[in-house]
Amino acid sequence: MSALQTVGLLAVAVAGTATVLTRDPLRQALSSGVLGLALAVLFLAFGAPDVALSQIVVAGVAVPVMVLLALAKIRTTERAAEREEDA
Amino acid sequence: MSRRTRVVLGLASLAALGGLLVWAVGGLPDLGHPRGPYAVLAPKIMLRERHVTNTVTGVTFDLRGFDTLGEELILYVAALGAAVLLRAQRSDRAAEQAAEAEERRGPGTADALRALGAILVGPVVLLGVYVVVHGALTPGGGFQGGVLLAGALLLVYAAGQSAAVQRVRPVSLVEVADALGAASYVLIAISGLVFGVAVMDNVLPLGTTGSLLSGGFVPVLSIAVGVEVTAAVTLILTELADQTLLRGRD
Repeated sequence: MSALQTVGLLAVAVAGTATVLTRDPLRQALSSGVLGLALAVLFLAFGAPDVALSQIVVAGVAVPVMVLLALAKIRTTERAAEREEDA
Repeated sequence: MSRRTRVVLGLASLAALGGLLVWAVGGLPDLGHPRGPYAVLAPKIMLRERHVTNTVTGVTFDLRGFDTLGEELILYVAALGAAVLLRAQRSDRAAEQAAEAEERRGPGTADALRALGAILVGPVVLLGVYVVVHGALTPGGGFQGGVLLAGALLLVYAAGQSAAVQRVRPVSLVEVADALGAASYVLIAISGLVFGVAVMDNVLPLGTTGSLLSGGFVPVLSIAVGVEVTAAVTLILTELADQTLLRGRD
């Protein structure tokens, strides 16, 4: 097994554990993005550059943005509810 | 269930899953020695019969191009569904809430972020176009390049250029591009019928192996998917952002 493959496997293990242990959804969106990039390195090291590219664009761009937008939506709704309680 | 029981149960099931994984990985064929003839045959077929050097894109847009047609329409329907559902939820109060949201806005985007966004947009667009048009030659293709292009737009947005985003993504244009990308894949797929061959059968000249216009249908379909994916991802993110930030768009 080459050095890059070992590094990739270790990076995925660390980033995956970090994502699970992160409790704040905002930070989790970012750490899952890092996990996605680590997986992309792993795919590249195992000779699948096409899958690595898809992995980068989906885990590095699409998923974090969706999570962030969902979080923003939840906060907007919560604030609206608080204001109605205050009124 | 007490915390202790949950921890014990969780660790036990994780250990069992880990054992199964190690067992499964032990049974995998060695790297570079896949089982079955397909992995060895596909690169040869794509190179000889389609002049395509990137087998993965070749398989996606030629050997299994019919599957890709279905996948592309799934994304099209997903974008359509997001647009229909999220637009229907906008109430009459939307404009009023948009004004409130505007008041709640945090401090403006940092200058460093604006500069970084402005610097990155050009290279990301270039990279996206490169990945889309070189799908038949090097790793990449319509899907990856399309998401990259949509990501470039996202960079403009992250850099705080809301007004610029409104200019570069007129929603009706994005909708038309989405439909055009999806429709052109279908039309290219059935164009074989006009020439008296089967659906998805290549009718274009194959070109010189390694040149930009080689591969018959493969680069054409890659570009069609690139347009469709760019538009679909942009549309989904736009609808989500408009819904989240409750911006009026009229």
